[in-house]
Amino acid sequence: MGERAVSLHAHLVVVRPAFTLDLTLEVAPGEVVALLGPNGAGKTTALRALAGLTPLSGGQIVLRGRPLHTLPADSRPIGMVFQDYLLFPHLSALDNVAFGPRCQGVSKAESRRAAAALLERVGLAGRAAAKPRQLSGGQAQRVALARALAVRPELLLLDEPLAALDAHTRLEVRSQLRRHLADFDGATVLVTHDPLDAMVLADRLIVIENGAVVQQGAPAEVARRPRTDYVARLVGLNLYRGVAGGAGVKVGELLLHTYEELDGPVFVAFPPAAVALYRTRPDGSPRNVWQARVEGVERHGDNVRVHLDGPISAFADITPAALADLDLTPGEPVWASVKAVETHAYPA
Amino acid sequence: MSPSPPNQPGRPEQVESPGSRRGSGRRSAGGREVAGRLPWMLVVPALAGLVFLVLPLAGLLIRAPWSTLPQRLAAPHVLEALRLSLVCASVATAVCLLLGVPLAWLLARVSFPGRRLVRALVTVPLVLPPVVGGVALLLVLGRRGLVGQWLEASFGITLPFTTAGVIMAEAFVAMPFLVISVEGALRGADQRFEEAAATLGASRWTVFCRVTLPMVMPGVVAGAVLCWARALGEFGATITFAGNFPGTTRTMPLAVYLALETEPEAAIVLSLVLLVVSVVILASLRDRWVSAS
Repeated sequence: MGERAVSLHAHLVVVRPAFTLDLTLEVAPGEVVALLGPNGAGKTTALRALAGLTPLSGGQIVLRGRPLHTLPADSRPIGMVFQDYLLFPHLSALDNVAFGPRCQGVSKAESRRAAAALLERVGLAGRAAAKPRQLSGGQAQRVALARALAVRPELLLLDEPLAALDAHTRLEVRSQLRRHLADFDGATVLVTHDPLDAMVLADRLIVIENGAVVQQGAPAEVARRPRTDYVARLVGLNLYRGVAGGAGVKVGELLLHTYEELDGPVFVAFPPAAVALYRTRPDGSPRNVWQARVEGVERHGDNVRVHLDGPISAFADITPAALADLDLTPGEPVWASVKAVETHAYPA
Repeated sequence: MSPSPPNQPGRPEQVESPGSRRGSGRRSAGGREVAGRLPWMLVVPALAGLVFLVLPLAGLLIRAPWSTLPQRLAAPHVLEALRLSLVCASVATAVCLLLGVPLAWLLARVSFPGRRLVRALVTVPLVLPPVVGGVALLLVLGRRGLVGQWLEASFGITLPFTTAGVIMAEAFVAMPFLVISVEGALRGADQRFEEAAATLGASRWTVFCRVTLPMVMPGVVAGAVLCWARALGEFGATITFAGNFPGTTRTMPLAVYLALETEPEAAIVLSLVLLVVSVVILASLRDRWVSAS
């Protein structure tokens, strides 16, 4: 597979009255790239542009060395799984999957044979005759995947493939989808706003905000070193931009002591669980200590997340017992501290 | 628990299963009427309106010569008119389907300059007095008409006062019903299914045949039935453009009108047939297509 390192090379420019998407995308064969971003960031627009459903204002799409952007949607070697699947309601699961091969001129019998094989691969051999409305959400998702794979695409596009599923089904379908994506040897681009989906399914994340890439890298790298507030929130870290000097990192008025010693503009990140709260100023060890104000308190899993305002705004995760001991109410002052070893600094 | 607020009578009905959509309208009225006396200013005209609509039909049933009905129905000229009516209305509907469905597709799916004007033009025959439509057809397709002249000179085809003329007059008047119905269905259909088909390699023609058309089929059927009913009852344009010749252009409505002068009882029988056809169409529409959409 080494001879063609890049399968998809795309520079997507879509200009709308109040929005511009400008995005460069490179995907290797067999690689799964997730476009992650908040609503309205342009993820789906990018996917639709790759599929040929939204015209490009500029740029180009090259798939295996051939230009794709000059072709209409029905001539592109792509398979697409839509957010709500869009299975044809008047066709059985089998005929939905056979639809693509039929359009490519394969005979009816041969198409159905291929479709049956694909349905079996996604574990739905027994539901071939069912109409889409008789399928559960998870089954419909798998039929949609089989339908997209049936055209033997060189590029697989998935738009929020798990968003329409309930939490329980999602867990199961996610791991199945991961397996199927691993078997697929073409390029895969998937769009999601769920960091967990992105982390589990993708080899590489591309984070988009306001139509532009703000960060990309391996999921672990993005999770460890967020570069925007959006990504930090997604991966559950407190994130600050500051200037590192000899003594520490200056974030606004506050000097944070970090584990890494750096120079120049840096990011500092630490998890909310690393923040400890006190009624009175704690003594002793060389910690990062600052006086904050409680802005609000909310449940967060088994713990309680305290929103802090002050020289830096931060989240602190504490146990319900600690919350009761501290007797925190919004508006009250509180002391916050973070150990230097729990912070993580990296160049901005 | 506090009593539910009286100004939200619809709430509990919204929780019902999606499969019971058809009956929900009727059921929600049960036992939860808005309190207070019915205003006579509304009830009296409503009843008068009902009587006004139903009484003539009842009159038709009351005055019908039930004892001689079978013989009269079997009379050759009645059967002839009935056969002609059914054939012409069906062929006209086929013509409307052939031309009207693509036209509806064009209006719903392709944006081109002047689309709004074209849509307005398509609906003109709907409000145009049918006699005017007949005159217009004569002016264009008559033996001295703009196109008719050329048709006769080049191909020896004359349309006025022929069965083909009846079909043309009926199609002219009835096509808007089909176009409007199908265009509405096309606009209501989720176009993303067509996009999904395109990503699977379907050309626009394949998308139309295998995705769009099956999905709007209820609208097409409803439109075709309305179109057929309108064609069956066509009078003004037919008599103006195609005349009134027994066997070739005298359809049921024309026969009814003619019989009224000479043989009122025959007119009633013919009217009864048309009434039955209308009611059957209405019933089939309500149960199978209209309420489902």
